[in-house]
Amino acid sequence: MAKITFVEHNGTEHVVDAKNGLTVMEAAVKNNVPGIDADCGGACACATCHVYVGEAWVGKLDKPSAMEESMLDFAENVESNSRLSCQIKMSDALDGIVVTLPESQH
Amino acid sequence: MSVQEPMDPQTRVVILGAGHGGGSVAAFLRQYGFAGPITLVGEEPLPPYQRPPLSKAWLKGEATAESLALKPLEFYAENNIDLRLGVHAVAIDRASKTVAVSQGEPIAYDVLVLAMGARARRLTIPGADLKGVMELRTAADAEKLKTALGAGKTLAVVGGGYVGLEAAASAISLSAKAVIIEREHRVLARVACEELSNFFQSYHAARGVTFELSAGVEAFVGVEGQVTGVKLADGRTIACDAALVGVGAIPNDEIAKAAGLECNNGVVVDLAARTSDPAIFAVGDLTQRPMPLYSRSVRLESVPNALEQAKAVACAVTGRPLAAPEVPWFWSDQFDLKLQIAGMPFDADEIIIRGDPDTAKFAVFHLKQGCIQAVEAVNAAPEFMAGKQLVASQKPVARDKLVDMSISMKLVAV
Repeated sequence: MAKITFVEHNGTEHVVDAKNGLTVMEAAVKNNVPGIDADCGGACACATCHVYVGEAWVGKLDKPSAMEESMLDFAENVESNSRLSCQIKMSDALDGIVVTLPESQH
Repeated sequence: MSVQEPMDPQTRVVILGAGHGGGSVAAFLRQYGFAGPITLVGEEPLPPYQRPPLSKAWLKGEATAESLALKPLEFYAENNIDLRLGVHAVAIDRASKTVAVSQGEPIAYDVLVLAMGARARRLTIPGADLKGVMELRTAADAEKLKTALGAGKTLAVVGGGYVGLEAAASAISLSAKAVIIEREHRVLARVACEELSNFFQSYHAARGVTFELSAGVEAFVGVEGQVTGVKLADGRTIACDAALVGVGAIPNDEIAKAAGLECNNGVVVDLAARTSDPAIFAVGDLTQRPMPLYSRSVRLESVPNALEQAKAVACAVTGRPLAAPEVPWFWSDQFDLKLQIAGMPFDADEIIIRGDPDTAKFAVFHLKQGCIQAVEAVNAAPEFMAGKQLVASQKPVARDKLVDMSISMKLVAV
């Protein structure tokens, strides 16, 4: 079990518990966190689960796959710490991770 | 668009159908701060779940009931959503604003949301009721199919659409055999262009799927009530251990029609997902909806479509402005292929292929007067993502750049 803090674009915070192995996207959706649409349910097909990963956590994540990189390359408002949250699997090492949500996923 | 007036906070919302669309209406209403009573009525025994993985991850044992669920079961109680499973609506009384249901008292509504989805089209041919003749819409269907897909078994798939191709690919990865029987001369005939059909057929054939094209199905034959083969119009019988029928779906719009709502291959709605009765909305596979981008109305069977309409309903109820219409999009996973489609090829006058289908990384662009109407991208995320944006903007593209995969998709607009 690890904690994830989601920060909405307007600053509202949502702290949720996620089982190891669950993705950050799944944790958001199952807890009804606004701002992560995840249209494709985690198939890395839509880029509607885009998040900005807190600087302290960026280096702890596995590198994005070629597919994720291509999807992000064409998503809107992408920054150097942008990731697709369906591709981030939770583990003890990520306990406390903070992710911020973009203004819109579309 | 202008902000709508929020409805009375004690508005009673009743949602008929607890699939991806109905479940998402309830979730978005709570996300958007709606605090009034919500009743979510679903015919299946399960709380809302994702259907797309049923033909893929679920068959291969890579998904669980928990991972498919849109929300954990406790979500509904915690969010004061009265989830009634195993119950279906029988009739809508618009005058008294009540819904008669299969169990319990009629339910009163102020806002009614129809989300009954679509059901698999059935073949009315001899043997269609044999054990082992299946369809794939629900988790229960998928579980039955999974049981039938052991190593060495043969699955006959009637209908070469997405469901059939995905199920065939899953069967092969479970060391079963698969034969696809299609009435048209190519697979995906109704939903994809010829180039894409040819590509998918060859890719499947190279991995062991066999095809019977331009083949009519006369009957299912069986022994002791269990299907053993599919009899074709040319007299041959294709032996199988199970048969999956995937020949399209029909909207569950009967109670809407009976209630006098406007229907035309689905319940007719506007961009806000409102039906011809202002107190009744409809979302998802059930609806015939406007598609301003193409100046027509369509009935779509896709998760993004259901979610877009679910948000529209939540916006109407809570007084949020309606978002701009989205570009319709679809995806399919087969073997190691990811197909992503954005837009629809209405009125296209030109096809441009970018990349080489032989490398399993390419995209087919459908243009109308130099603007992209639709893109079908195979293992080609940039083409899909940029293509989707260009469908939305309708910016003309330079053909010489679009056709050249060495030129970034960021540079193809004129």
